[in-house]
Amino acid sequence: MMLALAYAVPSVIVFVAAAALILTGAIGVISLKNPVHAALSLIMTLFGVAVAFIAQQADFLAAVQIIVYAGAIVVLFLFVIMFLGVDRREGVDVQPLVSQKPLALVGVVITVSAIIFTMSRSSWVTGVPSLSLGGTRLATGSHNVKQLGTSIFTTYLFAFEATAALLIIAVVGAVLLARRERVLEEAS
Amino acid sequence: MNVPAAWYLVLAAVLFGIGGYGLVTRRSALIMFMCLELMLNAVNLTFVTFSRTLSDIGGQASVFFVMVVAAAEVTVGLGIVVAIFRRRSTTSVDELSEMKG
Repeated sequence: MMLALAYAVPSVIVFVAAAALILTGAIGVISLKNPVHAALSLIMTLFGVAVAFIAQQADFLAAVQIIVYAGAIVVLFLFVIMFLGVDRREGVDVQPLVSQKPLALVGVVITVSAIIFTMSRSSWVTGVPSLSLGGTRLATGSHNVKQLGTSIFTTYLFAFEATAALLIIAVVGAVLLARRERVLEEAS
Repeated sequence: MNVPAAWYLVLAAVLFGIGGYGLVTRRSALIMFMCLELMLNAVNLTFVTFSRTLSDIGGQASVFFVMVVAAAEVTVGLGIVVAIFRRRSTTSVDELSEMKG
């Protein structure tokens, strides 16, 4: 109750909704046996992250999150799952490594606690606007798109061009990997 | 007053942990890729949170590039999964043990 009074109620509601979407979806991804259901849970997590993006003034990235992740990547996952027909074959109950799950849980708990502990001991916030925006504040809405675009096409232009090459290489590589080797058989 | 950045950072850390747990416990290569996406999204959420906190657009630009690289990674990764499935009729990573010493 005190927390809800200390901070603006809408932002608390948005955070709780985003956290519920993210955590429910993430637990679904790691626990559901059917890969199709896991992919649908992944969509839920991605929507939750998009909500968190919008709540934190990253409007363009939220749109890209929905279009690229939920729209393209998850559909690619579903396409491969149905293409291969691996619906219910994973042996989740088989345990080749003894006590793998408890060890993984311990390792994850240690890692997450270390991250949270480090963050709680650090202080980054100086209140001074950073130099990347020329001293102006981070904007919302369409101004955010403008700021991000200006940043990518000036400061990060080389990295942006490099991603173009990366995407071409990835497409060519995927085609080469997934192609049947019929051409070689016919030639020989 | 808005929700403090620490809440989102803790949420991202927990999401990262869940993704990491799934990555090391699940057997199917497809599910492992999905858990990798969870971890990437956790890092993206951290980037955006710091971008807001520090009022720095560089964090959001980094998220943009992470998304591009993630798309390329999933494309090539699923191509590899399809190629392995053609040869071995399985996506379980336990079956791929030819290089075991």
